[in-house]
Amino acid sequence: MTRPAWGQRGLLLAAALMLGACASPPTTLYDWGPYPQALLKHLRESGGDAARQAALLEEQLQRAGGAARAAPPGLHAHLALLHTQLGNEAVALRHLQAEKALYPESAAYMDFLMNNARRAAREARP
Amino acid sequence: MTHALPHPAGPRGLARRGALALLVLLAGVLGGCATVDKAPADPWPALREARPASVLVLPPINNTPDVEAPGSVMAQAVYPLAEAGYYVLPVALVNETLRSNGVQTPADAHQVPIQRLREVFGADAALYLEVRKFGSVYRVISSDSEVAVDARLVDLRDGRVLWTGSASASSAEQRGQQQGGILGALLQAVIEQVASNFSERNHQVAGIAMRRLLGAQGPRGLLPGPRALAATAATR
Repeated sequence: MTRPAWGQRGLLLAAALMLGACASPPTTLYDWGPYPQALLKHLRESGGDAARQAALLEEQLQRAGGAARAAPPGLHAHLALLHTQLGNEAVALRHLQAEKALYPESAAYMDFLMNNARRAAREARP
Repeated sequence: MTHALPHPAGPRGLARRGALALLVLLAGVLGGCATVDKAPADPWPALREARPASVLVLPPINNTPDVEAPGSVMAQAVYPLAEAGYYVLPVALVNETLRSNGVQTPADAHQVPIQRLREVFGADAALYLEVRKFGSVYRVISSDSEVAVDARLVDLRDGRVLWTGSASASSAEQRGQQQGGILGALLQAVIEQVASNFSERNHQVAGIAMRRLLGAQGPRGLLPGPRALAATAATR
């Protein structure tokens, strides 16, 4: 094999440099999936179909399971809201926990919601 | 590969040409990635100092006749803020919490004392939004969607205003000018929308306005939040 000319090697190096220098992290921080649409449905159409929205978001979570990019902020919390509306209190609590674990910034609010939910559950069965 | 094809220019010519290409490429590297950093003074010293990590988006005040405006703008605030590196409190759940605590309207929400907001939601900062324009503007031949939003970011720990901004977008923007990048592609999608679905078109235009407002770009834009900085550091 003939050694590549100096110019050629330089060219390769420069090309690598150029690609490396401008490389940006993956285009988005999060894997959004159907979450923005679910939010819109909830905020603009006063709820929509909670069961269908929950199914879509859970499917999205499973798809993104092994991916490097995390679920976006609020996705688990939104699932908790949907499951509360569907009467699945235990599932809702799990999602609030998941939001708190994934995003410690949410801890105060998630604790507030979990305490409320537990209090409501206690009052429901005296 | 033992039988390299003889190059018509000969090995020396090739080297010279390679060197030339190298120069061109280097210029590309220097020019392509250069970020013009000529902002003379930091427009948001309080924001830089406060370094909020989490943002509570309050229900937007609607100064337009379109009832869909607040929901659309609130939903569209989440993506750009989160991608800018901030934790965004879950907006639909926040809405429910406010309502079940007797805070019925956006105007009420904007009146809640910041200490109380901090206590319940634990956010570092709150984003107060006002929708100035939302919806269709009818013209002789066609109609366009226009959205304009004003924003104020307030530190919930001490009440300081950390940042203010305004942005707008219109479906008429594609006419006469080409815009590149993500916003260009979004605008194109707006154009291709079936013009009869005004609600969906308004929502997409709101998405463009909110990315402009909160996208952490430009000399007066929001600063990138901690999660964006962490992601950048991780890829280095």
